[in-house]
Amino acid sequence: MSFIAALFDPSMPFVRNAVLAGVLASILFGVLGSIVTVKRIAGLAGAISHAVLGGIGLAIFLAAKNIVPGMPPIAGALLFAVNATALIGVVSLKAKQREDTVINALWAIGMSIGILFIAKTPGYADPMSYLFGNILLVSTRDIILLAILDVIVIVLAWRFYPQIEATAFDEEFSRTRGVPADTVFLVLLSITAIAVVLLQTFVGIVMVIAMLTLPAGTAGYFSKNLSGMMVSATVFSLIFSLTGLLVSWQMDLPSGAVVVLVAGAVFLLVSALRIRKLA
Amino acid sequence: MEHKVAIRFERVSFSHREVDVLRDTSFHVHEKEFVALVGPNGAGKTTLLRLVMGLAVPASGKVEVFGASPRSVQASIGYVPQYMNFDSSFPISVEEVVKMGRLVGLGRGCLEKRCADVDTALELAEVADLRKRPYAALSGGQRRRVLVARALASNPRLLILDEPTANMDVESEKRLYTVLGNLKKTATILIATHDTGFVSALTDVVLCVTEDGKGSHHVVRHAAVPAEDVPVDLYGSHVVRILHDTDLPDDACCNTEGQGAAR
Repeated sequence: MSFIAALFDPSMPFVRNAVLAGVLASILFGVLGSIVTVKRIAGLAGAISHAVLGGIGLAIFLAAKNIVPGMPPIAGALLFAVNATALIGVVSLKAKQREDTVINALWAIGMSIGILFIAKTPGYADPMSYLFGNILLVSTRDIILLAILDVIVIVLAWRFYPQIEATAFDEEFSRTRGVPADTVFLVLLSITAIAVVLLQTFVGIVMVIAMLTLPAGTAGYFSKNLSGMMVSATVFSLIFSLTGLLVSWQMDLPSGAVVVLVAGAVFLLVSALRIRKLA
Repeated sequence: MEHKVAIRFERVSFSHREVDVLRDTSFHVHEKEFVALVGPNGAGKTTLLRLVMGLAVPASGKVEVFGASPRSVQASIGYVPQYMNFDSSFPISVEEVVKMGRLVGLGRGCLEKRCADVDTALELAEVADLRKRPYAALSGGQRRRVLVARALASNPRLLILDEPTANMDVESEKRLYTVLGNLKKTATILIATHDTGFVSALTDVVLCVTEDGKGSHHVVRHAAVPAEDVPVDLYGSHVVRILHDTDLPDDACCNTEGQGAAR
């Protein structure tokens, strides 16, 4: 069955959910991804997204053992994301020189905890779908949560655009203008953590960070300012996501991996052309 | 004629990680004065500027700017930083950089497409012709003038420049000093420089950050005399020679002769 036919087939609601999730995720990848890129906190977002596996593993384990019956993986993911964000936030603001070490430790410890819990979970638990995403698992609840987060991110990015731009461009100067740069950073980090948790169903925790940086990086080459970068990155994300979904459907491939490969290929191609032009 | 005090330090001490940076530092400067803050690298000049801007709080003593706490008058201070960790892939135009100077706290800053204060600042810093250019495409000297324009966009009563001519060619230095010369007498100007021999002839007051022999520093007002033997091409402007062996009392500017350090 062709992708278009499947999209309109009433017996296949998961295809429509997948496309809808792709559209909603593109707004987060575009707007939030541009901010994460210009603020150069992609590494922090990467550590949070990987630490989240610990929470997912914990939730699956507790639910399977009937210790917390029916605990959804997303609850464990949020628990670990919040804690990882708090730790990274404190270290970034109070002990910047330790930031690298803490990021790498969180990254590895989070994933290891997740793998241990999943190994000890009775029955079969497949970590692959959490690591690399499975868009066919996107539920209506996920879509509602993504839509709410989209609205929050758009409203905050519009209202506090000057503060976001100023702290990303020159944090010290923004402080001299009375901008609460630490608060801007902590709110951004928290929202990125929540976004990572919600987006991991789409592309998986390993690849969510790629989608937060590749479309924004590609858009950066064509944009005159941060707002233009956000719009272009959203359009690029949309193109990459829909192309990825279409190709993965037609060729029966994992969608998250295809989406990231399309995004990565375009980014590398554009970068190569740009370097050639400058040379 | 009595000039109001722009900056006053009263017995200010400041430590960073248990190391004394400034100890028992007292000085004052008046409004509309052109002040050179002189000292070798690592002497604590940037710390002192941070105290003036309210970005750091003294361990003891009192800092006042325009008779109030520095934080409460942040909006009246324009700052041109020494280093800016600028990512050349950051998409931003000159005009947008200068608009940042209009920002106050969580306000929306300059929302209109054309903002009169931004236009004036671009003209004053002689970068109006660059307004639509990407900031990343500018030379080092042009960038520094754009950052001066950003600082001027808020119509500051106090303009602070940290090592404004570092890594600048003489032509760019000349243009910068022309800009600063045009601003003299309209705002208090405080320039930090590590050149302990000469400062621009625009300077009214020379404040030297001096080591006290125990590792910490304080500020001493020094005299300066015109240095006509130094060619203009060397510094981008006429300069005065700092007389490090001639300390002036802190009230040197307030006596009836009111000569300050250098004219």
